[in-house]
Amino acid sequence: MMKNAIITVSNLTKIYKNISAVNHISFEIKQGEIFGFLGPNGAGKTTTIKMLTGLIRPTEGTATIQGKDIRTQIVEIKKTIGVVTENSNMYDELSVLDNLRFVGQLYDVSRLDREKRIGELLKKFDLESKREAKFATLSKGMKRKVTIAAALMHSPQVVFLDEPSTGLDVLSTRVLRAMIKELKALGVTIFLTTHYIEEAEQLCDRVAILVNGTIKTVDTPGNLITTTNSKNLEEAFIEITGLKEEIMLVEKEGKR
Amino acid sequence: MFKEEIKGSLYIALKDLKMYYFKPPNLSWGIMFPIVMALAFILRNPSGVKDLASGLIAMSILFAATSAEAIVIVFERRTKTFERLLLAPLSLQAILFGKVIGGVIFGFLMSSIFLIGSVIFLGVPFSNTGFLLVSLVLSAFVFAAFGTLVSVAVKEIFDAMTLANFFRFPMIFLCGVFIPVSALPSFLHPLAYVLPLTYSVDLIRFFITGSYDIVHPAVCVIVLIIYSTVLFYLSVFVLKRRIER
Repeated sequence: MMKNAIITVSNLTKIYKNISAVNHISFEIKQGEIFGFLGPNGAGKTTTIKMLTGLIRPTEGTATIQGKDIRTQIVEIKKTIGVVTENSNMYDELSVLDNLRFVGQLYDVSRLDREKRIGELLKKFDLESKREAKFATLSKGMKRKVTIAAALMHSPQVVFLDEPSTGLDVLSTRVLRAMIKELKALGVTIFLTTHYIEEAEQLCDRVAILVNGTIKTVDTPGNLITTTNSKNLEEAFIEITGLKEEIMLVEKEGKR
Repeated sequence: MFKEEIKGSLYIALKDLKMYYFKPPNLSWGIMFPIVMALAFILRNPSGVKDLASGLIAMSILFAATSAEAIVIVFERRTKTFERLLLAPLSLQAILFGKVIGGVIFGFLMSSIFLIGSVIFLGVPFSNTGFLLVSLVLSAFVFAAFGTLVSVAVKEIFDAMTLANFFRFPMIFLCGVFIPVSALPSFLHPLAYVLPLTYSVDLIRFFITGSYDIVHPAVCVIVLIIYSTVLFYLSVFVLKRRIER
């Protein structure tokens, strides 16, 4: 067991109608670490995040975040975590400002701190000119930024980012990556899922690779590249997930 | 902890009122529908206008408290915004309590409009303002909790409307809104006793006219409290089951 583990996952399992979406996974994440959770579509990444953040209950196993059990202390856990889900789940009818205010209220952030924090986040994400705009009218990238800002409203200790860069343009992606590094510098622990393997290589201290609900490996990007004799993490990922043959087959089909 | 939960519930209620309730479709269900129904009966029997007040007020609570309530959670689950609430550090009870309170406030406001209208335009007297207002809130809680139960039980907005109307429309005719339950054929009485609107109408009638039709006001209060509790906790149970699946 790690000394300074902030997240400990043991035998976490989710079964939907006899189909095992996540199958007895165990791993630990250190305080202040950026932990990448990678895998092909349907590997069980989002299901794992949903279990860790209390959106669904595990079928078996459990996890602790800051020593608190997700099965019995989920409300306490939610006070210290921020979550960016796959979808930008803010209210279309409300303005950017009202959306952030509402999230701050849900987390019981005092009025003074709330307004100060909103100002900081709007500035950081370059959203000041959009503060009165309704969420529905924003571009996909802007919506993503507001959703990320909302997850940071209560200055969480652990942040779960499920595909955060999806839909962002190059500049916004860079801002996001810089912000993730900034959060790490502040001691915040990041749990990141992404389809952009180069993003994981650039940002993550360690990555777990998930295939069909089972963890294949957990290691640093550097070690994974070395052990698989690959040029980069993407190649290592392809090797570990067994996608190499499938990719070759697809490329062959494409040439025909 | 309890204070945080109550605050969270109130913020959810205020957000729902702003986003969903004070919108034309809800105002038409809460105001226009009861007026149109009442006018139809008044035209047929102009002498019974004053007797209609309690039924009209109860009907306005029923439709105002349930019309948005029954679809809000279904809608938010479809747009994934309900996830936003589930991620907040609030218990399921607090989240659903917030949803119910939105319906209670709207139902109470709509019924108050009818109450004031009945006093001004129909000259309806009422015997105890405080108790009357409490009975409006109690009735609104029952119907908002009913709307919440519908909303957590179904997956589509269309299903929610169908299920809500399956109970709402028969209640108008079986619970003493236009015709006192005592004047209904006796084989319909058991049905009337099962439906919460009967107790709501009789309780409001008592505080307006000083007399009741079939159920003593004390019994009405107890039954409405039981209905509120059962419907609310049933909603929590159903939502919890959905999350655990």
